[in-house]
Amino acid sequence: MGAKFDVKVLTRNKVFLAGLIILFTVAVVAVFADAIAPHPYDEMNVSLALRAPQPQFPFGTDQYGRCVFSRVIYGTRIALGVGLVVVLVESLIGVTLGLLAGYYGKKFDKIVMFVTDLTWALPPLVMALAIVTMLGPSLINVVIAIAAVSWAQFARIVRAKTQALKNMPFVEAARAFGEGDLNIILRYILPNVLSPIIVLSTLSLPQAILSTTSLGFLGLGAQPPSPDWGLILSEGKNYIRQAPWISIFPGIALVYTVLGFNLLGEGLREILDPRLKL
Amino acid sequence: MEDALLSVKNLSVVFKTTSGTVQAVDDVSFDVKEGEIFALVGESGCGKSTTAMSIMRLVPKNCTITGGQIIFRGKDLVKLKEKEMSSVRGKEIGMIFQNPLDSLNPVYPVGIQVSEAVLLDRVPRDEAWKKVVEIFKDVKIPDPAERVRSYPHELSGGMRQRVMIAMMLSRNPKLLIADEPTTALDVTIQAQILEIIKDLKDTFGTSILVITHDFGIVAELADRVAVMYAGKIVEIGSVLQIFEKPRHPYTQLLMEALPKITKKQGRLKTIPGSVPNLYELPAGCSFHPRCPKSMEICSKIAPQLKKAGEGHFFLCHREG
Amino acid sequence: MSDLLEYAVRKLIIGAFVVFVVTVVLFCIMQLMPGDPIQLISNPRIPPEKIAELKKHWGLDKPVYVQYFYWLFHILQGDFGTSITTGQKVITLIKARLPYTLLLAGGSLIFQYIIAIPLGLMAAYKEHSIFDSMVVVSTIIFWSIPSFWLGILLILIFSLKLKLLPVSGYDGLSSLILPLMTATLPNLASTLRLTRSEVLEVLREKYVSTAYAKGLSEKRVLIFHVLRNALIPVTLMFFLYLPWTVGGAVIIETIFSWPGMGRLLWTAISSQDFPVVQGIIFIIAILTVVSNIAGDIITACLDPRIRAEIRGES
Repeated sequence: MGAKFDVKVLTRNKVFLAGLIILFTVAVVAVFADAIAPHPYDEMNVSLALRAPQPQFPFGTDQYGRCVFSRVIYGTRIALGVGLVVVLVESLIGVTLGLLAGYYGKKFDKIVMFVTDLTWALPPLVMALAIVTMLGPSLINVVIAIAAVSWAQFARIVRAKTQALKNMPFVEAARAFGEGDLNIILRYILPNVLSPIIVLSTLSLPQAILSTTSLGFLGLGAQPPSPDWGLILSEGKNYIRQAPWISIFPGIALVYTVLGFNLLGEGLREILDPRLKL
Repeated sequence: MEDALLSVKNLSVVFKTTSGTVQAVDDVSFDVKEGEIFALVGESGCGKSTTAMSIMRLVPKNCTITGGQIIFRGKDLVKLKEKEMSSVRGKEIGMIFQNPLDSLNPVYPVGIQVSEAVLLDRVPRDEAWKKVVEIFKDVKIPDPAERVRSYPHELSGGMRQRVMIAMMLSRNPKLLIADEPTTALDVTIQAQILEIIKDLKDTFGTSILVITHDFGIVAELADRVAVMYAGKIVEIGSVLQIFEKPRHPYTQLLMEALPKITKKQGRLKTIPGSVPNLYELPAGCSFHPRCPKSMEICSKIAPQLKKAGEGHFFLCHREG
Repeated sequence: MSDLLEYAVRKLIIGAFVVFVVTVVLFCIMQLMPGDPIQLISNPRIPPEKIAELKKHWGLDKPVYVQYFYWLFHILQGDFGTSITTGQKVITLIKARLPYTLLLAGGSLIFQYIIAIPLGLMAAYKEHSIFDSMVVVSTIIFWSIPSFWLGILLILIFSLKLKLLPVSGYDGLSSLILPLMTATLPNLASTLRLTRSEVLEVLREKYVSTAYAKGLSEKRVLIFHVLRNALIPVTLMFFLYLPWTVGGAVIIETIFSWPGMGRLLWTAISSQDFPVVQGIIFIIAILTVVSNIAGDIITACLDPRIRAEIRGES
């Protein structure tokens, strides 16, 4: 029961290990972006526009002569930062509501379940588009939109697990000893729903990155001159004939990062909760 | 040995898991004769089900038969190709399983599932359907013409097990393997199912291999019995021999655990200790840590099979 | 069967309620948007008497909640007003674009399932084989490729380097290939993965051993018993993915300038053409609800246990 973290078991899982190595390199790039990037991400030099990759600009330059390599490096921070914030927000909302709905049941549960059904009334991307339309295009609004769309999955899984745990002997014993509801939820139930939460969080993170960059690509997320990978790709698309490198490298960085998280999540799922259905 | 229908010789089966390999069946030999009911008894995890699944060649993928022979009517089943094996299954050897809800496909009516077996013998469709109703009658399912249209979840546990028996009976196999056929059922239903199995043997002359953990069922059904512990047969003989004078301490304990109606014993005895961890089998005799009669030698040297009477053998250092 | 009908009706009522909530939210958004709603739904060059007429048409002289019902009454008849940017009726715009999106989404889903089901079945059947590992690894990789980048990559390779296919627009079947591939590949990965894991689960079931024990051939067991059961959740997923694929079309249609509803939605959002946005979101909400209900009913037809549950409820 509960999350088991055994270093040996973790490192024996090749999928997990591959994900871990990839993410380690991504994290290093994000942290040391200032040292790695040869240029600031917004340094323009129109006379150097659309240059092919060369020693000075390893990934070439864009239409304003900005260094694509530096922009990709700084973009790592946005991708990781946005991913982490989105998952933090959606898991906080989803886990809290899931725990309460599962534990208290009755009317509260019905309301929570209806609201989760509502968030699925539209396909996630369309729902996020609708919210961004309402709030206006910006990176923060994208974070809000995506968190608002995807908390429901956490709520659904945590609720189901809580319902099952609520009637377990050890929880009933705690209740018999006069423990308060809050105490029971935090000390007896939460530790036992931790493994699906961990797996789901790891697998939601790449989804969050993909969603933000998608909205960025549609011009509804991060605004220029932000080095958001989606935004770089959408700008690069207009120069796809003359300067394909603008379209290639940010995409590789994006796939590499997302792949890292997916591998990590799959590995964790195998280790912690092989039968978990998402 | 001439009259042996099935002869398992020195069978060894190995499981590969992420935590290592396990010898689930270790050098097991026994015969099932024409027209007899043979019982394989032991606690869960002793390898009795794996032995049965090996005979059907239905072991899981991480499990391999590493040695021995399974001779059935002159053929070694271990060496058969998958295609040849599928013509043995059902036609010559049938098998029913422990939990009759899990063992029927939930999405098809039970009649369809039984007729599927009948149709394998190139019977025309309408005739096959009639035959299914007929067999349902044989296994005493009430309203057979109605019940063939029921889905598994609409039937009770006992009815489902009858359907399983009907399915396996439909092709008149020579041998029926029954893996814990009554475990998931309640007592009155158990008795009915055992009755049907006995009838089967009498009317069709089918040999039966029963896998069970319950000596009560052995006493009720079997002609001969083998007791398994940690992948090995520790005692084998006729039911009479073993009930009269069990030689192996493990058999003796199992017998004592039986509720005796004649002697007014207060409570059911249980065997101290637990089923051994197959990953770390004790040295010497695997049973010695739980054995009330263990000696010094038991923890060092594995015992050899000893003869106790005609066809009665046991695996112990003591004289029984 | 009548139980199933009752179930469908119950689902429809819940679905109608969900759509109702969506319309309320859409209406509230319109109220929150800056400026007079008339300015939003009409062209500024329209003469004042026309505006007065429009005000009456939309009930703008009435209190807000009455306005809502006026508006609801109109959209239920397919009257979403006129586009701010083109002045055309929203419903005409959508009608012209919807077939292209359905062609793309439907085609992609069908391809996805035709490829995913046999591959998933084989991979699961040969679990841990080289083929299986290749399937697992490639699904994780394809999962990680966003459709917008995949689209760009395909354009780079097939249109610009190999000059095999048109870059964008709609110009016969050849221009369908790249958008279709872009829409199919990432989702193919998830469908394949789902099929594989469902088949693996069924393979562990006791009734599969029973099917073998009867003497059935391997092929018969795999198709009649294993696949038949594994297909239940896979089919349910089809109906869940259908609206998702339509939603995902926004990105793919934008990359390939595909003349579908997704691209229309994107241009409408970028130019704040709210009547169009509203109309499309309403259509997608209806599609989602209907598709989910269809999924539930078809699953009930495929699985007698679910039918029994439905009977128990009613």
